[in-house]
Amino acid sequence: MKSSKVKTLVLTGYGINADQELAAAFEQAGASVDLLHVKDLLAEPWKLAAFQIIGFAGGFSFGDHLGSGRVLSHMLKTRMKEEFQAFLNKGNLVIGICNGFQTISKMGLVPNISGKIEPELALVHNTSGHFINKWVSLKVNQHNRSPWLKGLGQMRVPIRHGEGRLVPGSEFVKNAIKDLNLAAFWYEGENPNGSYQALAGITDPSGRVLGLMPHPEASVHLDQDPCWPNVFGAHLNSSRHYPSSGMRLFMNAVEFCRNQL
Amino acid sequence: MRIEVVNKIETGDGREAAVQELISAQFGPLIERIRVVDVYCIPDQLEPKAASIKTIFSDPIVQDWYIDQAAALAFGKDWNFAIETTFKAGVTDPVGITASEALWLEHGKEGHPPAFVQSGKQIVFYSRIDLRDEQLRDIAKLLHNPLIQRSEIRSYQDMASGNFFPALYKGVALGNVEDSLFIDIAQMNNDQLLSLSKDRLLALTLGEMIVIRNHFSDPKTQAIRAHAGLVSKISDVELEMLAQSWSEHCKHKIFAAEVDYRESENGKIQNIKSLFKTYIKDTTQELSAQRPDLRSVFYDNAGVVDFDDQHVVCFKVETHNSPSALDPYGGAITGIVGVNRDILGTGKGAKPIFNTNVLCFADPSTPDQDVPKGLLSPRRIMHGVHEGIIDGGNQSGIPTAAGGFIFDESYLGKPLVYCGTGGIMPREIGGEFSWIKHVLPGDLAVMLGGRIGKDGIHGATFSSLALDEESPSSAVQIGDPITQRRVRDFLLEARDLGLYRGITDNGAGGLSSSLGEMAQGSGGICIELEKAPVKYPGLSAWEIWVSESQERMSLAVDPALKEKFLLLARQRDVEATVIGSFTDSGFVDLKFNAKRVAYLSMDFVHEGLPAMKLQAVWQEDLQKRKSLGALSTKDSEHTKSLEALASALRNGVQTWQEVLGHINVRSREDLVRRYDHEVQAATKTKPYQGINQDAPSDGAVLRPVSGSQRGLSVTHGICPRVGDDDTAKMTLMAVDEAYRSHIALAGDPDKASLLDNFCWPDPVFGPDNSDGKYKMAQLVRANQALQAACRAYNLPLISGKDSMKNDARVGGKKISVRPTLLISLMGIVPDVRLTPASGFVSDGSIVYLLGPQSDALGGSVLEHQLQKQGTDHLGLAPDLDLIAAAKRYRRLADAIKKGLVESAHDVSDGGLVCALAEKALFANLGVDLNVDSLLYELETYYQGQNFSEEWLLACVLYGEGPSRLVLSLRPEAEAEFLAQFIGLEKSYLNRLGQVCSKNHVSISWNQTGAKNISLSLEQIRAAWKLDWK
Repeated sequence: MKSSKVKTLVLTGYGINADQELAAAFEQAGASVDLLHVKDLLAEPWKLAAFQIIGFAGGFSFGDHLGSGRVLSHMLKTRMKEEFQAFLNKGNLVIGICNGFQTISKMGLVPNISGKIEPELALVHNTSGHFINKWVSLKVNQHNRSPWLKGLGQMRVPIRHGEGRLVPGSEFVKNAIKDLNLAAFWYEGENPNGSYQALAGITDPSGRVLGLMPHPEASVHLDQDPCWPNVFGAHLNSSRHYPSSGMRLFMNAVEFCRNQL
Repeated sequence: MRIEVVNKIETGDGREAAVQELISAQFGPLIERIRVVDVYCIPDQLEPKAASIKTIFSDPIVQDWYIDQAAALAFGKDWNFAIETTFKAGVTDPVGITASEALWLEHGKEGHPPAFVQSGKQIVFYSRIDLRDEQLRDIAKLLHNPLIQRSEIRSYQDMASGNFFPALYKGVALGNVEDSLFIDIAQMNNDQLLSLSKDRLLALTLGEMIVIRNHFSDPKTQAIRAHAGLVSKISDVELEMLAQSWSEHCKHKIFAAEVDYRESENGKIQNIKSLFKTYIKDTTQELSAQRPDLRSVFYDNAGVVDFDDQHVVCFKVETHNSPSALDPYGGAITGIVGVNRDILGTGKGAKPIFNTNVLCFADPSTPDQDVPKGLLSPRRIMHGVHEGIIDGGNQSGIPTAAGGFIFDESYLGKPLVYCGTGGIMPREIGGEFSWIKHVLPGDLAVMLGGRIGKDGIHGATFSSLALDEESPSSAVQIGDPITQRRVRDFLLEARDLGLYRGITDNGAGGLSSSLGEMAQGSGGICIELEKAPVKYPGLSAWEIWVSESQERMSLAVDPALKEKFLLLARQRDVEATVIGSFTDSGFVDLKFNAKRVAYLSMDFVHEGLPAMKLQAVWQEDLQKRKSLGALSTKDSEHTKSLEALASALRNGVQTWQEVLGHINVRSREDLVRRYDHEVQAATKTKPYQGINQDAPSDGAVLRPVSGSQRGLSVTHGICPRVGDDDTAKMTLMAVDEAYRSHIALAGDPDKASLLDNFCWPDPVFGPDNSDGKYKMAQLVRANQALQAACRAYNLPLISGKDSMKNDARVGGKKISVRPTLLISLMGIVPDVRLTPASGFVSDGSIVYLLGPQSDALGGSVLEHQLQKQGTDHLGLAPDLDLIAAAKRYRRLADAIKKGLVESAHDVSDGGLVCALAEKALFANLGVDLNVDSLLYELETYYQGQNFSEEWLLACVLYGEGPSRLVLSLRPEAEAEFLAQFIGLEKSYLNRLGQVCSKNHVSISWNQTGAKNISLSLEQIRAAWKLDWK
């Protein structure tokens, strides 16, 4: 049975911070996960081909000192563009969360409307100028057919970022987001960072590449929500882990890949 | 090459808002708008190809970039001036380091770049007012700290006429390496000894200098030195090492001193061998019989205790006060990444899983004219420290799970910046308990991580001195969380592969402390100082040995594993260098370019310092507050205070709102939201919870092991104002606050451990410290109370630290902090699902107050509020019956464990009315309560006292008596809940009323004339959630 497990790669190193919990979330969803240092992947780029899913976790890669995700995306793109193109062509899945979203958007993996793997949107400093950590409600785009989003209604997840304001690169990109239904999530009830149309996450046209600022990997137990127990009712007396909305995302991905195996 | 990057005008830049906020808070609306330009000055060796500039330095979608061209000139002509700030030469520039490394990788190279990029920030100002030069300089001052940064100002005219900012700023002036100096200390008289200590910033006393003189005059020492090929004179390396090792910061001389303690009123005399041994170490020793979970206490960087069958946890809190007074941002970030390293260096190396910060400032709204010259304004300090904590924690990927902000005018001279980190380790690593470390003779001494520069020289000795106008800037460093993050990832990987044997961090005293301490394991050390990598040439031997440059660890590596260890370090881009080896020679043997520069016996370094002898006198007439006797009675003579109190209570609602908005009560949510408090996804109880995420928690609960519901509580207790009455009470209240919160979070009453962090004004009596004996007595009393509280609550002290010179001398005036003790608690929560909510959860629940009412108001927020209006203090602070409280907590813990308690929140600053207001916000549920039972309790308990009505009521509504919690429970659980307390004397369980769906907190009483005060939830939020700008 083990050989039929969906293989997921989560990158680590250089200031990526949320790699452990992202790996744990994929494992909980039934995938087998390899944590690989960025440097080890760059040394042996062919390793990427062994995986069905790659996850770019949150953090401060290279301190975000030159801009969020910039150095990491530059390194990966200049040295591994072909490998990533091949990875996408095989119909595999990509997720970039927070700093990971900043990285894959700068690499051009998302929204990748042109198909040329060129950056088409930017994630810049929040309008407040400050980092913010709080839980938000996300509305899910029911018209986006992304495998990541299957059956998702509302999502409760934390945001933890200073540079999460999504800015589309051009009118063309704005139109494509609308026409191709690339929006994945919108912030509900507020726009905590000033994003274009309160966008919290977006996919490529195939739906297989998802980038989002909030952290679904930090929302895998219902009681992680600071509104708990109000939102969900009384205390949870069973030891069972309920798949909450964040968890659902990872289960969707694993199920999609399992069906492809 | 100079690269300038700026966000396109249509995109805007969120940082503009933050800078504007800062400027308008200080100067009002001077500035119309600003633009922020990022600047990179690139040395020739690193010059990139044009194509990569675009993607490395800018985001072409939203940014414009300029190469060797001024961005500001492209903005047009309507801006007025620009200020550019860069780091001074030699100061850590994390952005510059990242840029350099990225460019070096881009060139296909690895390792340490040959030159470094200088990063800068240019702010371009648009103003309708024609600002004068001094106004520009004031703004520039706000934007940078001259100690570590430089700023340049250019007007539009300057730039238009070709007067640009420099293409490259000056680097470190590279001097020649000076030979080690040998000083003939044996021939020096006392005056010469003292001036030697002062001139070299050694912070050694005459007595200590004499001990060194005697050692070097000893023929035996001279014979040994002659044999080692050394002159009998002391070298600068040796002198500096002794100063570091014997500093108050490293040696805790005051806590180790022999103390004669006397109480002047009753003549009681006590001789105490050492405060540390008597009240801290022995207390833990005594408790250890009933605490098998203690694994390593006092011997290592941090205390280690059991978490579960497979894991142990550790916790350490440090202070970084003096550096934060000089450079708030750098001081704080260095504090937090510094204590992270303590955890990395605990046992075989632990993984940091949470940070906590307790920050003590003067009121940020203190007017500039009230801030003595030479000191930074509290607003400036608070802003910088806060930013430092944000960056230090967030960038490191460690959640800032708990902490606090305390405001008091006594922190005007020095802020107190308490930084704590907790970590976790598997119980066993490589077949051995993880908390055991070894250093064997023959092991290689390895320095890992950052390089050595002149930054941070004399940090340890400097923090052992009072702050004055000439404090050295080299004592300040800036931590770089990203370099350290790489070090951390590498270390945990190397640990699990068994690639090193011993480890400790480099903090105060640098290599001299870390290697000196590790050498005790093997019995000696031999180091070749020139092998230690430096940031720039020109460092002399002693500077290399004592520099406190950041991000460094020291390790002992088995020679057989050397190659494997160094290979992994290279693979992880971490610099590791073998600089010598551990020996069993009994000596610290240092060489520099093949010449011996130090040969000190280990015995003399570690045991040569004789214990100090100190006097402590408890004089009640020096107590800042005394019993006001009849103040509380109807016929009091203190009519002014009583009238003020009566008037405050007549304006009940207004007073309630004022207390809610008091700087020590009001919501810290805006400040705390800028910390990442849940990276690692293990923070179960977050700082603010509830339906609007704005109700404060009593502490943090983490769930550190994936798949397990076992939790770790982290709480604090601190109440400096109570110390004006008696530091013993202050200590009891701080311990009680931390423990009470642990119980409220469903903590196991017998599985909590404490850290003690004392920050005191200088308690050593001397010519310029006339009340030193009293401050020492305050310290003694705090320690005695700490012991009593730990015994009563079964709380071992597993680690601690003291900072004993928190005074600032400016303009001939001394500003000393109030004696301050921070208690930090880490405990076990057996099942995090049982942690009650902090606030009211459901309509119809019954509200109880557990714990006794106190008849004292001293040290309370209400008192301070009245003092601000010119009234005198309100007498003594509340007492605490430890034994009764401990019993109540156990019963409560049982009730929580049985799931009978729906919510629990402690009563602290601002008293009962503030606790109730906070609880109501949780689920937007109101309460209708009656406090007659509390008034009745006060009257009957203090039988015979003729309380005034105002006094009674103030005690009930605003009193801050310890050991109290507001609880709520479902009506169906009430009978069983009450049954938990049967047979308990002094249960002090008062039923106050019920939670309701009304939109208010309403409190009524009949006892002293029927009355009612009520606030709507909107009013509560408006009063409590004030702006921090």
